[in-house]
Amino acid sequence: MRKLLVRLVFVLVVLGSGATQAQLRIEITEFAGKQTPIAVVPFGWEGQEPGAPYDIAAVIAADLKRSGRFAPVAEENMLQKPTSGVDIDFDDWSILGIEAVVIGKMTQTGANAYSVQFQLFDVFRGEQLVGYRMPASRGTMRRVAHRAADMIYEKLTGIPGVFGTRVAYITAEGRDTNRLYTLVVADADGENENTIMESSDPIMSPAWSPDSRRLAYVSFEGNASAIFVQTLRTGNRVKVSSRPGINGSPAFSPDGRKLVLTLGGIDGNLDIHVLDLQSRDLTRLTTNRAIDTEGTWTPDGSEIYFTSDRSGGPQVYKVSTRGGTPERVTFEGSYNARPRLSLDGKKLAVVHLDRGNYRIGVIDQDRQDLLILSTGRQDESPSFAPNSDALIYATRQGLNGVLETVSADGLVRQRLASGQGDVREPVWSPFPRY
Amino acid sequence: MKYFRLALLGVIAFLLTACASQEIPDPDPTTDRSMASSGSDTDGFGDSGMGDGEFFDDTMPNDELGMIIYFDFDQSELRPEYADLLAKHANQLANNARVRVRLEGHADERGSREYNIGLGERRSQSVRRMLLIQGASANQISTVSFGEERPVAFGSDEDSWAQNRRVEIQYTN
Repeated sequence: MRKLLVRLVFVLVVLGSGATQAQLRIEITEFAGKQTPIAVVPFGWEGQEPGAPYDIAAVIAADLKRSGRFAPVAEENMLQKPTSGVDIDFDDWSILGIEAVVIGKMTQTGANAYSVQFQLFDVFRGEQLVGYRMPASRGTMRRVAHRAADMIYEKLTGIPGVFGTRVAYITAEGRDTNRLYTLVVADADGENENTIMESSDPIMSPAWSPDSRRLAYVSFEGNASAIFVQTLRTGNRVKVSSRPGINGSPAFSPDGRKLVLTLGGIDGNLDIHVLDLQSRDLTRLTTNRAIDTEGTWTPDGSEIYFTSDRSGGPQVYKVSTRGGTPERVTFEGSYNARPRLSLDGKKLAVVHLDRGNYRIGVIDQDRQDLLILSTGRQDESPSFAPNSDALIYATRQGLNGVLETVSADGLVRQRLASGQGDVREPVWSPFPRY
Repeated sequence: MKYFRLALLGVIAFLLTACASQEIPDPDPTTDRSMASSGSDTDGFGDSGMGDGEFFDDTMPNDELGMIIYFDFDQSELRPEYADLLAKHANQLANNARVRVRLEGHADERGSREYNIGLGERRSQSVRRMLLIQGASANQISTVSFGEERPVAFGSDEDSWAQNRRVEIQYTN
């Protein structure tokens, strides 16, 4: 009996465990646009130990470089390495063409207690743009560095940074009876991978709760689909839907209290439903004989966008969460599926069949124009970064799935190369709460 | 002899249904091993000192009866070539009220994953309707769709896709 072979391993997400080996490697594969020259000077150190326990500046520089919008200068080209504002000679930076300088300092305040401060300066105006000080421990150093990078990025671009966010995704390894499916959460830079759940039966469709503390997903343990909600910190999980037939495509409401999901029933008519997680009340929103699936909420929670093939091929429709007649949203092309909205509500990402290739398309909701953002043959599962300025999606490299991110303007593309099997279904977390 | 077989089938069905109804995988598989042990002398089962016997049932489909139905691209319609095969499966079910099948629908890898779950389910339902029309009962059939999540061929070409667009008929008791 196959189900007896099911292996289930629940692994706690240990927040801030710096010891985890990184398995996703990030490379910028495409770039077109201006890169602002910036200097992130190695941070100063005041403490009992001979050197700082963590290179905060290196993480900040890597984050900014990875965004594709900054070109950090190499350390050996720095004419000075100040650690406090009064020591900065702005001429030393302006002759290098550097537009912004980040300096900082780490101070030991206890056995495993530190204070990390950084300052961002505009070189041409010779003034501080932001200065901030944060407590840290050895376990939180990476998060402190990402938070600093987020603040620097927002100050210089006007767009909130997403370096402190995370990504959940599914991997599959092996074949036939040796197949192993894994639900993984990693930092947005690919570091700090944590296995959330493992099974010899398929796992799919991970979805973040708005507070980033829980993941909903579909699991086929025992050869039947069911939707689970798992709390990351404790590993505790609750089976919230295991009706006959299909239980699929969960997505949390913006207030975190409800899930939109797809139920198929005994007769296999897939329809969009909303499940109240507290009361377990179930509301059916569609009744069409066609496939209605892949529901997602508008940011204000008033409507559900979903995929339906009621007109023939799959297209995106929307329906009020109070019910009513669904309204068609996409018209360009024969295949538009898996809608996802940016948090500002302005952009709609879909899987779009583009001259024989499945690609990620983004539709501007006001202008109604479609921008194809990916270049593969079988790209899928678009998910917006919480700043609405980038997407992550799955593409192919050979026979394996890999993840790519692309800026919403299509100018910066990065590939997250993983060492483990077929990687797919990435979902970008909401902003972290500090 | 026929009645003996039916009675035996009943025993098998009861035992298997009892263990198949568990929601969470049984961490201790030893309880099921007795069903698969290798003894072959069925005449003496129940006697002591004979070793473990083995239940069998020659009315159950074997490898000669195909268990996989393939589909054309973007289609859930049954090809005419499967009419005989499905009639035989429907007969098995109609004549053995305790027999259960699970119809596992699959899609090829192209397109969106949850939509492909829907396409796989459509194929399961095509097979289900055909079995029901020919005498199987609704309570004998369950469906599940794995979409593109459980491929049998891993290539990214027409041949692999054709092998993956399928419904597998699994007898669960």
